[in-house]
Amino acid sequence: MQITLHLNGATHDLDLDPRTTLLDALRHHLGMTGTKKGCDHGQCGACTVLMGGRRINACLTLACMAQDAQITTIEGLGSPERLSPLQQQFLDHDGFQCGYCTPGQICSATAMLEEMEAGWPSHASENLDGPFELSHAEIAERMSGNLCRCAAYANIVAAIQQAAGTTDHREDAA
Amino acid sequence: MTRHLRVDGPTHDDRLDHMAQGILGQPLNRLEGPLKVTGWAAYAAEARPANMVYGVLVQATVPAGKVLEIGDAPGALAVIQDKRMVRYAAQGMDQKGPTSGPDQIEYMGQAIALVVAESFEAARHAAQNIAVRYKVSSVPVEPEAVTPELPPKKQSAAGDVDKAMREAAVTLDQVWHTPSQMSAAMEPHAAIAEWDGDQVTIRAALQMLSSNRKQMADALGIKEQNLRLLSPYVGGGFGSKLGINAEAVSAAIAAKELGRPVMVAMTRQQVFDLAHRRSETRQRIRLACDADGRLTGIGHEVLVSNLPSSEFTEPVAQATPFTYQAAHRQVVHAVARIHRGCAGSVRAPGEAVGVTVFECAMDELAEAAGIDPVELRLRNIPDVEPTTDRPFSSHKLAEALREGARLFGWSNRKPTGQQVEGEWMIGMGMAAAVRVNMLVESRARVTLTQDGQAVVETDMTDIGTGTYTILGQLAAEMLGLPIEQVEVRLGDTNFPPASGSGGSFGAASSGNSVYLACEEIRGQIAKAMDCDEADLTLQDGMARAGNVARLLSDLIDGQISGEGHLQPGKTEKSHRQATWGSHWAEVAVNRWTGEVRVRRMMGVFACGRVLNEKTARSQCLGGMTFGIGIALTEAMEHDSRDGHAVSRDLAEYHIPTHADVPPLEVHFLPERDAYVGPLQAKGLGELGICGAGAAVLNAIHNACGVRVRHLPATPDKIVAGLKD
Repeated sequence: MQITLHLNGATHDLDLDPRTTLLDALRHHLGMTGTKKGCDHGQCGACTVLMGGRRINACLTLACMAQDAQITTIEGLGSPERLSPLQQQFLDHDGFQCGYCTPGQICSATAMLEEMEAGWPSHASENLDGPFELSHAEIAERMSGNLCRCAAYANIVAAIQQAAGTTDHREDAA
Repeated sequence: MTRHLRVDGPTHDDRLDHMAQGILGQPLNRLEGPLKVTGWAAYAAEARPANMVYGVLVQATVPAGKVLEIGDAPGALAVIQDKRMVRYAAQGMDQKGPTSGPDQIEYMGQAIALVVAESFEAARHAAQNIAVRYKVSSVPVEPEAVTPELPPKKQSAAGDVDKAMREAAVTLDQVWHTPSQMSAAMEPHAAIAEWDGDQVTIRAALQMLSSNRKQMADALGIKEQNLRLLSPYVGGGFGSKLGINAEAVSAAIAAKELGRPVMVAMTRQQVFDLAHRRSETRQRIRLACDADGRLTGIGHEVLVSNLPSSEFTEPVAQATPFTYQAAHRQVVHAVARIHRGCAGSVRAPGEAVGVTVFECAMDELAEAAGIDPVELRLRNIPDVEPTTDRPFSSHKLAEALREGARLFGWSNRKPTGQQVEGEWMIGMGMAAAVRVNMLVESRARVTLTQDGQAVVETDMTDIGTGTYTILGQLAAEMLGLPIEQVEVRLGDTNFPPASGSGGSFGAASSGNSVYLACEEIRGQIAKAMDCDEADLTLQDGMARAGNVARLLSDLIDGQISGEGHLQPGKTEKSHRQATWGSHWAEVAVNRWTGEVRVRRMMGVFACGRVLNEKTARSQCLGGMTFGIGIALTEAMEHDSRDGHAVSRDLAEYHIPTHADVPPLEVHFLPERDAYVGPLQAKGLGELGICGAGAAVLNAIHNACGVRVRHLPATPDKIVAGLKD
């Protein structure tokens, strides 16, 4: 079927098997392999991308569900020469080891900080109305959909806390 | 020229401490980091050669027997059934391919065929719907259901533990169980194979390319020189990518048959079925001590399992013979031959579960003897290796215990059950950390060009361990260059063969080979400077000797290169080599639900020279977090009827997530081990896991008085032990 994806500011017309997930459309058909496949079942968060600004699991989203939506992947947040503030803090705090869950962690954290700013509470929040403190418990709770077997968790939380000090979480490379 | 070293004796000269560049050990950011945080680093399944097609593995749905017939696969290009396809993964450092012949089924979930189609979706659909006819055999799948083997080399004894137990003032005799555990690296195993005539190139997720190349060539029946393996980035290993596995072998076979590049990526569930599991263990520990807590007897009897045809035995009691002193000792390793998925190395094979359980036993003995757990350990540290009387290459356990107690505030620990905050019971626990240390043969090439750029090449891998960065720092230190002028190329069998990443030996083994290659280059520079290499100072692209200073660019004509070749030698046998540390945990246990929250955790480690303080710390964080998983959440359950893994994905097998892990603290003790090569560095990737779970379990007991001996300590087991 014919599908149009708006991805990192560019438009792609694709002819896809209807069973194709957004994740496989990115990885197999567009060669955008920054978004990782860790479980294909929405259990690990490695495939996290932003759809309409919200974090989603690309493996649980059929490509046809992303028709006309604005998709941002890790490649759209920054580039090796021009890192986003979060990418820079992940680098400085060693918020990764093997690097495979990292794009998902960073996409997730990008949207997570916006959720906090927008006043969304979490299980760890002291109140339902915000504002929320960027505590270890608050960040850890909100990031628990993103697994990291190398277990850079302690460093990831520190990286997010540091990056949250800056206002713009995205450095649109497109 | 190649500089060769066999480590037959000590290196007391700390020359790396006196180099001029001052970059080794510094907490530099990872060299490849910018590629990883932007998604630009390309892992195994992340290339798209023209005309590539997709393969999906078909798995056996019976526990044992024979494949009689495999049906058609509508919509597929081919169903590959080849007698060269492997039944399970090779073990680490195997020199040959694993057992082949997929039509003979040894365990449920074994790969029996590969379906290939133009699209991944079509291949998946065909693989899931293919009809297979079997001849089914009845086989044992429970470790307790068979009479186990007792491999002679895995048993040891001295004195009479029974007698020691009878005569001791204080004794302990308990049995622990740990379940099967999975490495669960975030990148599922994957491969892309492409042939060019007789030459095949396989991009794969592998930890040890030089031995993987031998295994793969043997499995495919081709010459090694016709095979190139590429693993520039590996999304975690933890043992699961030590040996070649079904996806890469079948990709290569299918690509040859179809004349097109083939990608095969395991599903997450297939990873649980096909990657090696850590064997479940039953561990009986007997301890006897006098009234002062001095051990007189140590017994560690272990039951593990594996397939009948696999050589590997989880070396659970590996560290037991040399960790504590006792005149009477016995180690028993029994192996049940059953038909669960193949067992093999998972991060710190042996100590990860062996030290964890042993350190729980020490905690119980301390309680029984009325002695502080730290003090009990301090009283039982041997001066030389028990039974062999070999000296230790270095020994930092006592220091790690004392320093840890001070840093963690151990003196604030309350008696069992005495610290309560509302519905939470608080406790502290500790454990010793110990892991055997080893070196493995490794080679590297370093090239220095006239414009002051150095290139390091070796088929070593970086599986998240920091190899790119530490090898770059080593070359920069030895050659006196800023890190920006060093490039490190890894993960390609066209480069000199390295140790690979496994058993915590990668950093020291490959690091020493880079050190030697750089020494060779320094020798050539010294010659041009007309001085002894020992008198040469290299810094920021300048060479100095005495009062002569020259630019490297004036000394080098074109480029110079050197190879380094490290081999382990006599110090392997002459000295007991190990890394040491201590683990500390504070937990809160909910009095109503039995939920355990780890509030803080600390590790103190001694691993010889630290090559990069930042990446070394990350290794320890990872190990300690594995320990939290072992203690609290991780269990790969098997179906008692057919042995198959029931908890076979990340929703059922619970690795720790963000919310399970508190801020962790890591401290390194300064150490230079003279018996492990000129780098004086030992392994670190696994020490952090060894005993970490025991600190958590012992803290649970201190909090609420419950001992959980069937790991993991899930809330149901704790609630069952709580008093009303």
